[in-house]
Amino acid sequence: MSSHDHPGARRQTVAEWLLTAAPFTWLFILFVIPTALVFAIAFKPSDPWGGVGAGWTLETVRSLRNPNYPAIIWRTLWISAVTTVSCIALALPCGYYIARAPYRWRRLLVLLTVIPFWTSFLIRIFAWKVLLHPDGYVKRALVFLRLADADAILLYHAGTVLLVMIYTLLPFAILPIYAAAERFDFRLVEAARDLGASRWRAFRQIFLPGIRRGLLTAVLMVLIPSLGMYIIPDIVGGTRSEMIGNKIAQRTFVDRNLPHASALSASLTLAVMAPMLWVLYMQGRRRGETRP
Amino acid sequence: MTPFLHFNQVRKTYGDIHAVDQVDLSIRKGEFFSLLGPSGCGKTTLLRMVAGFERPDVGRILLEGVDITDLPPNRRKVNTIFQNYALFPHLSVWENIAFGLRVAKRPAAEIKSAVDAMIDLIQLNAHARKKPSQISGGQKQRVAIARALINQPDVLLLDEPLAALDLKLRQRMLLELDQIHDQVGITFVYVTHDQGEAMSLSDRIAVMNHGRIEQLGAPAEIYETPNSSFVAAFIGDSNFFDGVVTELIEPDYCRLRIDGFPDVMCYNDKRKQRGDLVHLSVRPEKFRLSLDPPPNEARANCVRGRVAEVVYLGAQTKFLVHVQEYRLAITQQHSRFLLDQKPIRWEDEVWIWWHADDGYMLDRYSQTDEELLEMPAG
Repeated sequence: MSSHDHPGARRQTVAEWLLTAAPFTWLFILFVIPTALVFAIAFKPSDPWGGVGAGWTLETVRSLRNPNYPAIIWRTLWISAVTTVSCIALALPCGYYIARAPYRWRRLLVLLTVIPFWTSFLIRIFAWKVLLHPDGYVKRALVFLRLADADAILLYHAGTVLLVMIYTLLPFAILPIYAAAERFDFRLVEAARDLGASRWRAFRQIFLPGIRRGLLTAVLMVLIPSLGMYIIPDIVGGTRSEMIGNKIAQRTFVDRNLPHASALSASLTLAVMAPMLWVLYMQGRRRGETRP
Repeated sequence: MTPFLHFNQVRKTYGDIHAVDQVDLSIRKGEFFSLLGPSGCGKTTLLRMVAGFERPDVGRILLEGVDITDLPPNRRKVNTIFQNYALFPHLSVWENIAFGLRVAKRPAAEIKSAVDAMIDLIQLNAHARKKPSQISGGQKQRVAIARALINQPDVLLLDEPLAALDLKLRQRMLLELDQIHDQVGITFVYVTHDQGEAMSLSDRIAVMNHGRIEQLGAPAEIYETPNSSFVAAFIGDSNFFDGVVTELIEPDYCRLRIDGFPDVMCYNDKRKQRGDLVHLSVRPEKFRLSLDPPPNEARANCVRGRVAEVVYLGAQTKFLVHVQEYRLAITQQHSRFLLDQKPIRWEDEVWIWWHADDGYMLDRYSQTDEELLEMPAG
């Protein structure tokens, strides 16, 4: 179908351009320019006063070869990956059952999912610190149930970071999965069962592909904040559970070395954008398949 | 014949509504059986019980003598064609049809030859790799049929399978369904609210209302001798008159008094007695209509009326004729060249007559005449 064959079509194209111009400008000013600046500063020298010096240099980028970084990057990646997988695994049954619940229950359950957001993020993380404290309720309960030694330490290691990250990011996985499940036609599951599929098989082969967009959104909504997370490792993690986000914060606030922070930040941006672009590409391809 | 699919005193209640109420029903092997009724009459619930998606509160369902009431849907040799086909949108036509065989873990070579043969049969070779969203409604319908039949079920359940199609396509698919049933010889249980579909396809029909079976029989039986005014109104059109039996004549006939009519004679197979209140029901095509007085015939009833409306439909003409306070719907078939006769026009005074055997008496029913008039009769 060609839309340029008659003058009406051209007018329509112009209108489309004008309509997209506003959000495009918005994105350009607030996203593209700042990101470009971050990338640019990474190639600038630092100055002793915490600012950015004149001229260009590859010094900062070279300093990323510091042998500490691979370990931190590896930790960032695996904590983010485990967080994402765990959140999806927990969010799938939640989203499924919320979508299957009677209508008036559904709204209540969604409300319960977002209620944690009404309390400050920082306060909720500090609450975990209180819970997991050697004298905290969780610790005492575990000792009482003989699930933990009296001298076990629940705080300040990678496992703690993981637990609190899953807790924090779980709603971001539940909401898109629930939204997709609610739009899913559950008669398809009936059809699969009718054709001989077990519950599990119908869930895996019919339900999961049916909500794949919600799943992809959920993955992005959890994975991206995970990769850049620094508050949680900072508060409940120890020195051996630092993530790349902590390093960026350190370079910015403690070392006041903006180019170094920018270089780290730019590499994180690239790491985050790679999966996002891949997902968008996959979605685009799927859409192309179903709507030629 | 032995019952093949048997419902034994089945009941299902949602809140205080009896969706299915004390249904006892036996469906024969190889039969094309229809459950017909208005929406909410319980026909779909009954079907879903056979598929395994609903469980009766009371009663058992037996298939070939085996109690299947508590089996999950995937353990029943029963397949369903869903109202909107429920084709899997992320799988190709080919994979949709293969689904049941893949689940049954059949060898790959067998799956391939069976699916290819099925696709040949439904003539969708050119579309095998397409997704369901890329094919037309009629093609989706055929994929749904193929996907169900490839599993060689004992019973094929069809839940209003033609409702989503337009009229022309519906008529063609109707023929195709009939042919498929003849070819495969599987028992079909067909749910519909469309009496035309049920009449043209079925060996037997169960007419349902309020969760109960009102009448069970062959299409002609149900059309010609409905046993309630609900069935008479739901299957085809009918004219209803409130009457009282005034006199029994001979062994098989009686005389009725209907307000504003001369005495009406009617066949009395139901053994009504003097003073019984009845509905007299006469189908529109059973009336004869003319400008001249009718030939004198024994056991004919004759009244005069004024034509209020004439609707020419080609093969037939529908008339609305006022007789006293009644409005009679009358259909006349044009079996001869129309212009040979003097046409009956709007406002003409006409004679209307019908044979005593062509009217039938029904118990006065709990449903009001207004409710009956709102029935979606075809």
